[in-house]
Amino acid sequence: MAPLLAVKDLTTRFSTTDGEVHAVNGVSFDVEDGQILGIVGESGCGKTVTALSMMRLIPDPPGRIVRGEVWFGGRDLLRLSEEGIRQVRGNQIAMIFQSPMTSLNPVLTVGRQLGEAMELHMGMTAKQARAHSIELLRMVHIPEASACIDDYPHQFSGGMLQRVMIAMALSCHPQLLIADEPTTALDVTIQAQIIDLIKQLKRELGMAILWITHDLGIMAGLAERVQVMYAGFIVERADVRAFYAHPRHPYSQGLFAALPQQNGKERGKLTSIQGVPPDLFVSPQGCSFSARCGYSIPRCLEENPQLQEVAPGHEVACWGDIIDGGIG
Amino acid sequence: MPQKNDVLVEGRDLKVFFPIRRGVMVQRHIGDIKAVDGVTFDIWRGEALGLVGESGCGKSTMGRAILQLRRPTAGEVLLDGENLVTMRGQRLRRMRRRMQMIYQDPYASLDPRMTVADIVSEPLAVHGLLTRRARRERVRELLNTVGLSPGFAHRYPHEFSGGQRQRIGIARALAMQPDFIICDEPISALDVSIQAQIVNLLEELQVKYGLTYLFIAHDLSMVRHISDRVAVMYLGKIMELADRDALYQNPLHPYTKALLSAVPIPDPLAEERRQRIILKGEVPSPANPPAGCPFHTRCYCRIDICDQLEPVWREVRGGHWVACHRV
Repeated sequence: MAPLLAVKDLTTRFSTTDGEVHAVNGVSFDVEDGQILGIVGESGCGKTVTALSMMRLIPDPPGRIVRGEVWFGGRDLLRLSEEGIRQVRGNQIAMIFQSPMTSLNPVLTVGRQLGEAMELHMGMTAKQARAHSIELLRMVHIPEASACIDDYPHQFSGGMLQRVMIAMALSCHPQLLIADEPTTALDVTIQAQIIDLIKQLKRELGMAILWITHDLGIMAGLAERVQVMYAGFIVERADVRAFYAHPRHPYSQGLFAALPQQNGKERGKLTSIQGVPPDLFVSPQGCSFSARCGYSIPRCLEENPQLQEVAPGHEVACWGDIIDGGIG
Repeated sequence: MPQKNDVLVEGRDLKVFFPIRRGVMVQRHIGDIKAVDGVTFDIWRGEALGLVGESGCGKSTMGRAILQLRRPTAGEVLLDGENLVTMRGQRLRRMRRRMQMIYQDPYASLDPRMTVADIVSEPLAVHGLLTRRARRERVRELLNTVGLSPGFAHRYPHEFSGGQRQRIGIARALAMQPDFIICDEPISALDVSIQAQIVNLLEELQVKYGLTYLFIAHDLSMVRHISDRVAVMYLGKIMELADRDALYQNPLHPYTKALLSAVPIPDPLAEERRQRIILKGEVPSPANPPAGCPFHTRCYCRIDICDQLEPVWREVRGGHWVACHRV
């Protein structure tokens, strides 16, 4: 069976006064029906640009999708008309963003903004949309939903606004929800509430989720499959248990080593990854992590490794692993 | 090992209120935001005291009140036994040399129009210490100490990455050879791989110069790594304070328990087995804090007296302080 979403060789660049930024470099992945796929990476690694490119939300100029295909429901989203992609956005594929405070229009009531997608995509009347909106707000556990619906965004707290965003995203029963760091701006106890809510809704509604985060902790409790991005490339992909039990790419290993030990008895030194991520102005000749990697061999500087399956279901883009069968 | 009888900084019933005013012509004082509402604590010489809590709980305001950047509404702050709250002018300036701060946002805390040398030497210039030439020499030394090339002295902040900027901020804090540094979320704006570099640097400097830290953060796992003792704050009050291991392994306050259980663990198997305490509702407004225990509106162990009587801040066993009726 074909996957719900298939991204093939997606490549996005931005032109700036300093040159062309290679933000996403030939990324390919599938999302199965009902699956939670996580993308982990640090700032600037291309995880958000990947999601925005899929939805054709990259401002052009300066951004440009150079090549690639995004197959969803038998159609390539990158080749749809503007009207065609608009039918998909917020309808079959919905998004929630990092900062709920800036994702809503401050001069429209929450109800107005919630109803908009339903009137547009589901042909509801304003009255029907309002009734459905109240129902949705109840579903995301907003107290006194029928009163809150006429409030403006500034009257809600951050956690409550993120609930509103989730309600909005789910209003048209999407098959795929893209969640771009939806809990990063929230406090831990509120973050726990929101993750709990999304898990519960996923169980009830059964949509697939593409979850983007920099937090390995959040990913562990949530995703079924994980892919790691670095400098615009996917460098590792595996099932969540296999990945956490045995991360294989030196960058993934570095990320784990940089975390403080949970049961840390001794106040030992943290193992940091030396150096900083590369600038993305030049298309790298070798592996983009080679400059910071403790295991690099001559080949790493000459040829960029492609993602390859090194164990069942476990793909890595690292010469050390591909040639020598594992590092470290 | 830091000792409890060697106290460097003390807070005694410290309060910081922000007045709420209303009216166009005459500004009437109609209430207060109680950002810090009566906290008492000791910071021992040579230790790192972690201060954790969610946004708006008053942890940054408490830090600023210790440094007298925001004058407390009531209470005392003692540095080596001398009360800073009543101190003014020259005497206070002299004490301020001993206390420095490292800020959260390395993009906002460095003046973009100043060179690194100007930024790092500004405290020396302000306090009129050293000749210009000696200051230049000191800047090179400080940059070296924080792991930056002295050749960077004439560059501007925008030429540096977040981690490097944070190093510049640390060099500036070290310029006055302080005893005490408040680190206000120094790593929250940085990526994971860079966070570890900065935490390692802070730990090296602590050993090298015998520094005392107040480490303010919301990332509980990093606080566990760097702190000797940890204080948990909620709605302007300290709820629990204990040795690092005692607090993480045997938390007593229901809020501490909930906070720890909300931290995601990077291990899928542990996450599956884990019983989370998910708190209901949100933090009440500090302009109108609930009566009794400030946490009672969200507490899952509350009893009748919790909304009437404020729990006493007491030591339940050696060095383990808590404010809760149920402990």
